[in-house]
Amino acid sequence: MSSTTHARAAEAFSADAVRAAWHDQALWFVRAKRDQVTHAIPEWEALRTLASGIKAHTLSRLDTYLEEFERNAKANGVTVHWAANAAEHNRIVYDILAAHQAGTLVKSKSMLTEECQLNSYLEAQGIMIVDSDLGERIIQLGGETPSHIVMPAIHKRKAEVGALFAEHFGTSPDEDDPATLADAARGPLRAALFGADAALTGVNFAIAETGALVVCTNEGNADLGAHLAPLHIASMGIEKLIPRVADLGVFLRLLARSATGQPITAYTSHFVKPRPGASLHVVIVDNGRSEHLGRPDFREALACIRCGACLNTCPIYRRSGGHSYDATIPGPIGAILSPGIDLARHASLPFASTLCGSCGDVCPVKIDIPQQLYRWRQLVARGGHLGAPKRRRMRWLGGVLGSRRWYEFAGWMGRALLRVSAHAPWLVRRTAWGRERELPMAPRESFRDWYKRNRAA
Amino acid sequence: MKVALFVPCYVDQLYPQVARATLAVLEARGLTVAFPMEQTCCGQPMANAGCETDARATEERFVRTFAEYDAIVAPSGSCVHHVRHHFDQLPQTDAVRSVRARTHELCEFLLTLPDVAPPPFPFRVGVHVGCHALRGLRQGSPSELGPPQDGPMQQLLRRMPGIQLVPLDRADECCGFGGSFAVDEAAISARMGSDRVADHRRHGAEVLVSADMSCLMHLEGIIRRQATPLPVMHVAQLLNGERP
Repeated sequence: MSSTTHARAAEAFSADAVRAAWHDQALWFVRAKRDQVTHAIPEWEALRTLASGIKAHTLSRLDTYLEEFERNAKANGVTVHWAANAAEHNRIVYDILAAHQAGTLVKSKSMLTEECQLNSYLEAQGIMIVDSDLGERIIQLGGETPSHIVMPAIHKRKAEVGALFAEHFGTSPDEDDPATLADAARGPLRAALFGADAALTGVNFAIAETGALVVCTNEGNADLGAHLAPLHIASMGIEKLIPRVADLGVFLRLLARSATGQPITAYTSHFVKPRPGASLHVVIVDNGRSEHLGRPDFREALACIRCGACLNTCPIYRRSGGHSYDATIPGPIGAILSPGIDLARHASLPFASTLCGSCGDVCPVKIDIPQQLYRWRQLVARGGHLGAPKRRRMRWLGGVLGSRRWYEFAGWMGRALLRVSAHAPWLVRRTAWGRERELPMAPRESFRDWYKRNRAA
Repeated sequence: MKVALFVPCYVDQLYPQVARATLAVLEARGLTVAFPMEQTCCGQPMANAGCETDARATEERFVRTFAEYDAIVAPSGSCVHHVRHHFDQLPQTDAVRSVRARTHELCEFLLTLPDVAPPPFPFRVGVHVGCHALRGLRQGSPSELGPPQDGPMQQLLRRMPGIQLVPLDRADECCGFGGSFAVDEAAISARMGSDRVADHRRHGAEVLVSADMSCLMHLEGIIRRQATPLPVMHVAQLLNGERP
């Protein structure tokens, strides 16, 4: 694991130039839609500032709000569970299922259960899981992980989905009409929804004041699942809290516009209490979040509402694909969350950026992502994860640029080498810079030499 | 007013014509401009690579060299961004704070001076906005925050008789240079660069202009590998009356 891990995976993705260009265009289209609808809201910036403030406030007294939420949820008849880590979360979910003798589970989209690798755990215990979100279903059938937090199968092209569905649903292998394919998936999914013993959903917002859970989806399968099954389990990270119902509107206005350019998600469901005869459980998961909360320089990343806008705008994400990040959460937000989970493993992610700053400007809760990337870079280097050659190169460069004499000598030398390299194009093409670019043409005289000759008194 | 010219290291070594144009443009406005020879670099190459500690001597040198000046002007938004926003590891002495506050990107500095008659530039110009000037220094406003707003560079360019700024499909997407990103993530960097160049070509740009030579070094490298030439110029060269 070094600082080049992402680069290698990104290069592999972009080697398929047609796919990479299509991926870039598809996500740019979403970003353009987001621009259009957000620019139509005159108070957009005020909303972002407000949301950022609400999140900062909530995170500053998260313990209090979590306890308030637990009290109110319990009073509503919801069973509240606390999980310190992924393993605890998975065990708790299994225990709930076992207690209800539930053998089949429909699961709507939840990045947290991806983070905890719940599917493989439950499947090993003999539970049958069907992901009900179409994108998640595609990923599940293909044995993959989501490459995007809102559009999990965005890396797959229609024809690939067609091939997958031909295998699983018996459609024609040449079928690539999205409507036909969606129809093919719908039949078996309906059957699963009607037959499921339990439903699991994620949580977009948990309201401390009322103990209510809010789930935002476009397909409505989360609702179908939760309303049909006698058992509903909701998994949420501790950072999903907001203090009051009154705060919710701020986030709902921001979320869907930032995510897909919609004014609001098709379904915004409030789960407050179990319906008669059914049960509702919520599993509140830490899994490294309170540790992250303890990092003053980085805690604001916990304000993330998982809209995916930073992924869609990131010119690197769009061209390298979500899997190149080798993390549950890809893209810029993943690049500032993942190093907190495992710095060595994710050392390359803060460098998968030009620090162009676009991620920070689209973020609905104003997380200063570029600044966090910059700070993580410092910790990666300090932690010894930069790779020895690069570390040495930087120490050398710092020495050269810190001294006028060395700088002038190295500059002269560098220009001489560049001029020589102009006669060896084959050699230039073997360097990282020169594979697809020419090196700059070096002048004989630097500016300072010219200045000394012409101006210096 | 004591004005000093800061010439970024790679401009000094590789693009002396840009530094000369910057000096000429400032002097044409009646300023006496010093070029302190003790300057080297702002420290960004090491700091952005995660090695702030290795940048320290360079940053201290920068402060030492420029402490006595009322204005430090550089033909690069990126270096100015580093000085203003990332000199945090140094103890914030009066000298450090004043150098940070007094370091200006060329175009924004020119806009504070009395207007001079701009030279004509009868070409279709593709403007490349450097991200550190745009989103770092908040020069103008990026397309994320609303319809894109001109920064000082475009304001200066629009005053030049005969100039035409071509519209682009993506007005302010990053070119993919990113310092060591250009070699560490060479494949993605090159893809980003060639996408930018294609956008400018598609819209009939006759010359590609930016206020940051680092973006242009990368984009020019990509253009020169392609079959059709497309000249790149720093905005200082245009303001100095130069032609492609």
